[in-house]
Amino acid sequence: MKDDDIKNGDREVHPTPQLDELEDGPWPSFVTGLKRLRDEGAPGNQKMMNDLLGQLNHSYENRMGYWKGGTVSVFGYGGGIIPRFSEVAEKFPESKEFHTLRVMPPAGFHYTTDILRKLCDIWEEHGSGLIAFHGQSGDIMFQGCTTENTQKAFDDFNEIGFDLGGAGPALRTAMSCVGHARCEQSCYDEVRAHRSIINSLLDEMHRPSLPYKFKFKFSGCANDCVNAIHRADFAVIGTWRDEIKIDQEKVKEHVKEKGRRYTTDTVLKMCPTRAISLNDDDTLEIDNKSCVRCMHCINVMTKALSPGDDRGISILIGGKRALKIGDLMGIMVVPFMKLETDEDFEKLEEFAENVVEFFADNALEHERVGETIDRIGLPAFLEALEIEPDPNMVNHPRTSCYVRTDDFDEEADKWFARQATDQVAE
Amino acid sequence: MSDQSSKPRVPDEVGVPDPFQYMHPVLKANYGNWDWHDRPRPGVLRHVAKSGDVIYTVRAGTQRQMDVFTIRRLCDIGDRYADGHVRFTTRSNIEYLVADEARVAPLIGALNEAGFPVGGTGASVSMVSHTQGWLHCDIPGTDASGVVKGLMDMLHDEFVQEKMPNRLRITTSCCQINCGGQGDIAVNVQYTKPPKINHDLVANVCERPAVVARCPVAAIRPAMVDGKPSLEVDEKKCVCCGACYPPCPPMQINGDDSTKIAVWVGGKHSNARSKPSFHKLAVANLPNNAPHWPEVKDVVRRIVEAYKSDAQHWERMGEWIDRIGWKRFFEMTELAFTKHHLDTWTGARKSMNMSAHLHF
Repeated sequence: MKDDDIKNGDREVHPTPQLDELEDGPWPSFVTGLKRLRDEGAPGNQKMMNDLLGQLNHSYENRMGYWKGGTVSVFGYGGGIIPRFSEVAEKFPESKEFHTLRVMPPAGFHYTTDILRKLCDIWEEHGSGLIAFHGQSGDIMFQGCTTENTQKAFDDFNEIGFDLGGAGPALRTAMSCVGHARCEQSCYDEVRAHRSIINSLLDEMHRPSLPYKFKFKFSGCANDCVNAIHRADFAVIGTWRDEIKIDQEKVKEHVKEKGRRYTTDTVLKMCPTRAISLNDDDTLEIDNKSCVRCMHCINVMTKALSPGDDRGISILIGGKRALKIGDLMGIMVVPFMKLETDEDFEKLEEFAENVVEFFADNALEHERVGETIDRIGLPAFLEALEIEPDPNMVNHPRTSCYVRTDDFDEEADKWFARQATDQVAE
Repeated sequence: MSDQSSKPRVPDEVGVPDPFQYMHPVLKANYGNWDWHDRPRPGVLRHVAKSGDVIYTVRAGTQRQMDVFTIRRLCDIGDRYADGHVRFTTRSNIEYLVADEARVAPLIGALNEAGFPVGGTGASVSMVSHTQGWLHCDIPGTDASGVVKGLMDMLHDEFVQEKMPNRLRITTSCCQINCGGQGDIAVNVQYTKPPKINHDLVANVCERPAVVARCPVAAIRPAMVDGKPSLEVDEKKCVCCGACYPPCPPMQINGDDSTKIAVWVGGKHSNARSKPSFHKLAVANLPNNAPHWPEVKDVVRRIVEAYKSDAQHWERMGEWIDRIGWKRFFEMTELAFTKHHLDTWTGARKSMNMSAHLHF
């Protein structure tokens, strides 16, 4: 509903002509929601939202933002609250403090309507009534709280089993895809990996003392639905080592339904390593030694193809956005690790702790771990983490001759020794 | 813990909540044992477990920044037309889990009735992944929710149907930190002027060595200005990235006319077919024209239309451009190719064409 008048019942409200423009159209309007809090929300929400709308409209008119940071925290924690103080508080006093509580969601973003209602009730009482599901790091963003109410809101969230997420130079809130809960392409138990790693490192989240942020993300397969390789310092991606599973009858059904030409164009031709053939009887043949586990053919033929049985994870380290040396994607550091038994999970947890410890000890201030690796070189990072070099870590070996190789033979002996051990293990 | 109200409550460091207490019983019972899935119609997924159990997912778009009334309305729909279990996608769509197929159509009806578009699956344009903007951020060059509202209004049809060559993921970011992330199309603030420094405030507000260290091109140095310790910027070196602004708010990077918008294309998170990729510059210097950003919308529309008309099934934006070549991309979208499209950052050489492969 647009405001025809700046009166709302007996109460004067700020005119918001710029924002009113964003109430039409088929997509749900956040402005309509904010106005509903202003007009029908709890008394505290109404006042705060009127001034918040006023300030936002002021931003639209002047094309400038008017929030500044500060320091607000809850008892026992150093992070998790994003403080916001208004720079135009004299005009909009009721939203002069508009802090956000970052709250960690259940792994995989599962909720009941019952728990959502409880979260709403708490935020209606102590905050503004405005919630984002979810922020870019995965937090539930409870936006709009006074300094005084921050502790009360947190206490109530905490009482029903929720905890603050990360902010500042700290371990950040993690994300995991829907994975095992609903997806046949999932190659490991994302919930367990997510919860065991983050919950073992909570101190680094709640009491920020790292050189800069550190993010974990967990995707069940190489489709990477939580964008881990780009956005996480530590990306866990599900994969498998054995052969893609083929149900040839369903392959035939797919070809029959979609046609040979379409199957050739969308499955065979799009395989990045030309590893798939369509036989004359409309069955598929896959050269699994050439397959790179990219997921494409499995995405197209969801009924006929699925990941193999020897499943596990890959770990890529160092993804981040532009600041400071430019965009980085994670580098493949652990091509394969089984993740089934308790010991496997303990091993992963230990590795995660070691990487975070390495980061804490070696990164410069405000440096992400990908930048540290860039600065010191991947070999030094691998040595520190006791990881052996592997051809899966590179697109191709070095092209630069500027390297000292007088211990090449010793390194080669290590490679051959590892190869022999691996063969025995298999 | 204590009933003494003067004593602060010690937090219970529970960490990441256990999702199994909220998970739909069919998901819980078949955890890790799914067999296949398909999409009976846009916005609906059907997953079949090895046990034979079936779960339907109905996906709907939200405004992400939601008031409690909207959330309660979504909950009411979930209680009445679904099984009371929901989840959210990484792009802020809500997903209702329903075990009984007969409930799917009434649920879709109820969502549409309440103004929540059902879609965002398969080869569609899903919800824009975005940031906070003027609503809540301390350094924003533009708004997030408003830009997103305009884009999704324009692309509503592409959300509720699956008629794109492959999925198309759009992101927006309100500063060059780019919290919105990589996208097939990324709409990001691009500053065009060096920071304007309030020398009266720098000494008291900013930790000067940290600010100097933050600059990616070493353009900031300590200086005495009017007898006060401050910072100065070598404006010839400055790349106007805004990195100095968060640690030093007196170095204001935003200006009502100097904060511009750039549109980038071809970012991809998935490893399917091609390796993940970063988005590349399509056009810069679009005006930050609230509340409708018509110039930005026009560029996005042209890119979406070109991709839709010319890409092959399953090709993502970047893969399509790889095939047709950048020359044709700029022709089809009627955008200019300039010297600013030639990368100058570390590793730039790797982005140049060092071959005789040409597109005419």
